[in-house]
Amino acid sequence: MSATPVLALRGVSKRFGAVQALTDVDLEVHAGEVVALVGDNGAGKSTLVKTIAGVHPVDDGVIEWEGRPVHVNRPQDAQGLGIATVYQDLALCDNLDVVGNLYLGRELLRFGSLDEVAMEQRSRDLLNTLSIRIPSVRIPIASLSGGQRQVVAIARALIGDPKVVILDEPTAALGVEQTAQVLDLVERLRERRLGVILISHNMADVTAVADTVHVLRLGRNNGVFPVKGTTNEQIIAAITGATDNAVTRRLARNAEAAK
Amino acid sequence: MSDKTTIRKPVDEVPPPAVATVDPRLLVREEGFKGYLTEFKRKLKGGELGSLPVIVALIIIWTIFQVKDDLFLSSANMVNISFFMAGTGMLSIGLVFVLLLGEIDLSVASVSGLAASVFATLTVNHGLNDWLAVVLTILTGVAIGAFHGFFFAKIGVPAFVVTLAGFLGWTGLMQWLLRGTGSLTIEDKGLLHMLGQRSFFMDQSIAGGYILATLGVALLLIGSLIDQARRRKARVPFRPTSEILLRTVALAVVSYVAAYVLNKSAGIPNALVFFLAALVICDFVLRRTTYGRKIFAVGGSIEAARRAGINVALIRITVFAISGGFAALGGLFLAGQTYTATLQAGTGNLLMLAIAAAVIGGTSLFGGRGNVWSALLGMLVIQSIQTGLDLLNMDQSIQYMITGAVLLAAVVVDSVSRRTQRSSGRA
Repeated sequence: MSATPVLALRGVSKRFGAVQALTDVDLEVHAGEVVALVGDNGAGKSTLVKTIAGVHPVDDGVIEWEGRPVHVNRPQDAQGLGIATVYQDLALCDNLDVVGNLYLGRELLRFGSLDEVAMEQRSRDLLNTLSIRIPSVRIPIASLSGGQRQVVAIARALIGDPKVVILDEPTAALGVEQTAQVLDLVERLRERRLGVILISHNMADVTAVADTVHVLRLGRNNGVFPVKGTTNEQIIAAITGATDNAVTRRLARNAEAAK
Repeated sequence: MSDKTTIRKPVDEVPPPAVATVDPRLLVREEGFKGYLTEFKRKLKGGELGSLPVIVALIIIWTIFQVKDDLFLSSANMVNISFFMAGTGMLSIGLVFVLLLGEIDLSVASVSGLAASVFATLTVNHGLNDWLAVVLTILTGVAIGAFHGFFFAKIGVPAFVVTLAGFLGWTGLMQWLLRGTGSLTIEDKGLLHMLGQRSFFMDQSIAGGYILATLGVALLLIGSLIDQARRRKARVPFRPTSEILLRTVALAVVSYVAAYVLNKSAGIPNALVFFLAALVICDFVLRRTTYGRKIFAVGGSIEAARRAGINVALIRITVFAISGGFAALGGLFLAGQTYTATLQAGTGNLLMLAIAAAVIGGTSLFGGRGNVWSALLGMLVIQSIQTGLDLLNMDQSIQYMITGAVLLAAVVVDSVSRRTQRSSGRA
């Protein structure tokens, strides 16, 4: 793993009116690392992702890209750096085929008109290297299953050759086999030395593919765990705040009193 | 752009798994003509009707009218149909663009009427140069369309309401322009002559029709073969030569028979040639340019289009501008049929006919599905009915009822095939 993280957040804060959505949050993503971002509803996962993706500019703190501080104020800034985001609602066009969706907004041209052959060839190459199996790249998205749509959406994020991919709940609505497909794909992204930020509620998914788990609780960091050597209970305790109970408080008070 | 989109190879140099060119789950067409037949049956079941209902309808309509009056399929009547369908057909082309967005433009007929009176006012009352007046008239239509589009895209008023207001407003403006006289006679010269009934391709030369037919067939054949060669080289699935030949032969039969029939009396009306040229250009724009792809994307999913960086408002405004431009152009075609701009221009069932043509031809009312050729196929049906009923001296009341029924039938086919497509996973 490289020493300098591709993407690092240092002390990021974000406020919406009276709500302090994020307070002093740190996050590091290295090339070839899958970082799972977990937390309860309202913990600030989505807000954090949106600050990285440039939807909400940060109020305080620094975003570092390959060690240099950068400003991410618009979605285009994030895309320009090499950050691709796959949102929960996949936003694919049902009436266009797979190739049309993969290249939507950045079509390849030949003599000013669409170069369907080159787009089809590259789509097939991309899907093959990711071992994505879909019936054909020329069928409309409407004919694909939920899992196939999810992998197409992820593949679409890779067309721009990003360095960090953010996946927002990629397995939320999927069955067993389809979840397995998506998780396989996440591992393949890691093999390609991409940094992956994976938002998930599913502990099994997280422990299956993630290298590091970042826990957010009420807009603050509540622990960073390497997946190896951490139990699900420890992570869940951090998510729910079970570490903050009567027993731990008494311990802390006694420790202070002992000083 | 090209180097940004190159795909990085996996780090480990393991050769990519031998993925079959076609997934085994995909239904592959069998070889030969039996394969065509089975695939055809499967498509029918899946609700992918394509142009089939309209072709069946056309055959039925032609048979009925031919039985009722044996002049119907005569060359002179076919020239009539091909001439009169061009004007409304231009309106229909513009509507196809709007329908692809899943919207509707109810103002096209009154914009076409306004265009005729604008053109007449400019040339007759102000003595403006013919061609300059044509350009100004089309620009008027484009501006009106952009105006509708602005209220729809930027203010958020439903397109239905904006264009309904336009429908009334532009009719009023037309009446204001023609106040006093009530009609203006346009001189039979310049572009309006070419759009008139006495103007034929290559001055009625027998060769004219065959040259057009050959051009069309050659373009299809060469285009398909070049595409096949490129696909073969890029190792992506390509159309087998037998299929290319079959398509070319089908087009050749249709176009040479059409040329032969039209040549037997007067020849190819220039209005039809312009209509066909507009169809070819619009088909290219919709299927082969980024702009066309964006229209389909916005019609499919607005959110997806926006996330892909498409300026949705701009697409909407320009599409309505295109619709307005074609409405104005169609207005000139319709004015060329009588060489007058009258208060009646753009009234009656013109709007319904234009919408019906686009929908009958197979462009969905629900957005994202269709092509401009539906304007041609739909107009063939509509104009055949109109001309046939005229031939039988049917009252206009009957014509209205029959056209209404045909429009309803087309929308029913659209809705039902959409439902079947959804249940077989192709919505």
